[in-house]
Amino acid sequence: MGKVLVVTSGKGGVGKTTSTAALGGALARSGANVVVVDFDVGLRNLDLVMGAERRVVFDLINVVQGDAKLPQALIRDKRLETLSLLPASQTRDKDALTTEGVDKVIADLREKFDWVICDSPAGIERGALLAMRNADVAVVVTNPEVSSVRDSDRIIGMLDSKTLKAENGERMDKFLLVTRYDPARAARNEMLKTDDVLEILSIPLLGIIPESEEVLKASNVGSPVTLNSPDSAPARAYFDAARRLKGETVEVVVPLERKGLMGRLFGRRVA
Amino acid sequence: MALVLAPEPPLQGWLNALDTQMQRSPNFFDARPVVLDLTGIPREQQGVAEFIQLLEQRGIRIIGTEGAHPSWAGIEAWGRSMPPPSKPGRAVEIPEPAPAPAAAPEPEPGHADPSQAAGNALVIDQPVRSGQTVVFERGDVTVLGSVASGAEIMAGGSIHVYGTLRGRAIAGMGGNAAARIFCNRLQAELVAIDGVYQTADDMPAQVVGRSVQVWLDGEQMKISVLE
Repeated sequence: MGKVLVVTSGKGGVGKTTSTAALGGALARSGANVVVVDFDVGLRNLDLVMGAERRVVFDLINVVQGDAKLPQALIRDKRLETLSLLPASQTRDKDALTTEGVDKVIADLREKFDWVICDSPAGIERGALLAMRNADVAVVVTNPEVSSVRDSDRIIGMLDSKTLKAENGERMDKFLLVTRYDPARAARNEMLKTDDVLEILSIPLLGIIPESEEVLKASNVGSPVTLNSPDSAPARAYFDAARRLKGETVEVVVPLERKGLMGRLFGRRVA
Repeated sequence: MALVLAPEPPLQGWLNALDTQMQRSPNFFDARPVVLDLTGIPREQQGVAEFIQLLEQRGIRIIGTEGAHPSWAGIEAWGRSMPPPSKPGRAVEIPEPAPAPAAAPEPEPGHADPSQAAGNALVIDQPVRSGQTVVFERGDVTVLGSVASGAEIMAGGSIHVYGTLRGRAIAGMGGNAAARIFCNRLQAELVAIDGVYQTADDMPAQVVGRSVQVWLDGEQMKISVLE
């Protein structure tokens, strides 16, 4: 029986899809069988980030409605055979998903894979609720700024009340993934401190992903950053996060600004 | 229970003070019967009828007057004139806040029935998240974690927050002016007791971020730092 993980945030544009792909890539590289599921029906992006947009024939809606079988809709990654994608439909909307249909698809995926990673749409409506509904573990993606933190707080409340785990009186494991962390701005106190974010949200920290060009580059070539440039700082942070998800104890590294000699001189002068 | 409004001359100045108060607590007079105590108005005062109309235009429901002089024009229309009461309602003196008249004596702490206390208190042992509302009309609410920005606690009694209060706390719902709000760290968006409220903007800088209690001194909200 695999584990179902939802990557969610409330707010849009914080890095849910990027993180879904990167965590999926990291877990799959470690040998686990992983499927990433796009729940953003109508605004799908995960296929692009995974570089599979030209291989989509059937999608989640087709499977939910019984028009296609699950193996027909699953797209196996060309780089890594332990990684698969279940794309969303771009032409339909979130009302096309039924609760029973989603429950059935997730139950089937749970049989086939070690990790089922659901990429939630932004917002707190039906699409987001269906994405989190069957989850065992939630990764709450947050940028170090106030609006993102408050939206994440709202989503954590929903994870504790609107999921199957909550309905059964169980508690869902929730982890915080801080993304787009800019060490230079953090040094200038222009961002919320990670400690403050943790204090407000009071859930354990899964990792801090530094803001990096490598993430953008990887998205543009259609590859998870953990596969495209596994030695880059963001990829290493995602690998550490994936190990923590598997239960390993890995110390969280706060990204630091790398300064050249000039930067150090200037830094000193400004200080 | 009726509120007693006791206007004083000059009437225009008193009205202005009332307006300021009502801006701070717009819903204070909602659904509350008001008795107008006119004993402070001199007999020769002109325009008392117009003054009462002005009060009614502000949404104040006047159910009766007391101490009105029979020579004033239109007095019959102001509701039944009552004799000066032996036991007044809750005095609302504006603008000078005054202590509430002697209320029923507080029950001795030692005599509290534990089973009843359990029924009159709600304990929440996890953080209250943004978007969540906790409503508990029967008594006190205690939150062991923090109350997030965008969350709301409403209690008939007092509110105790052992974490940081970042959202709204509304205590003393339904007319309990003795209710208080306690929090370990005040970062609230709004605190209210019995309809009197204060937003973050109005809070004195020296109490923000501190461990505080909030209570009502008459109609005035007080926030003090707990040492």
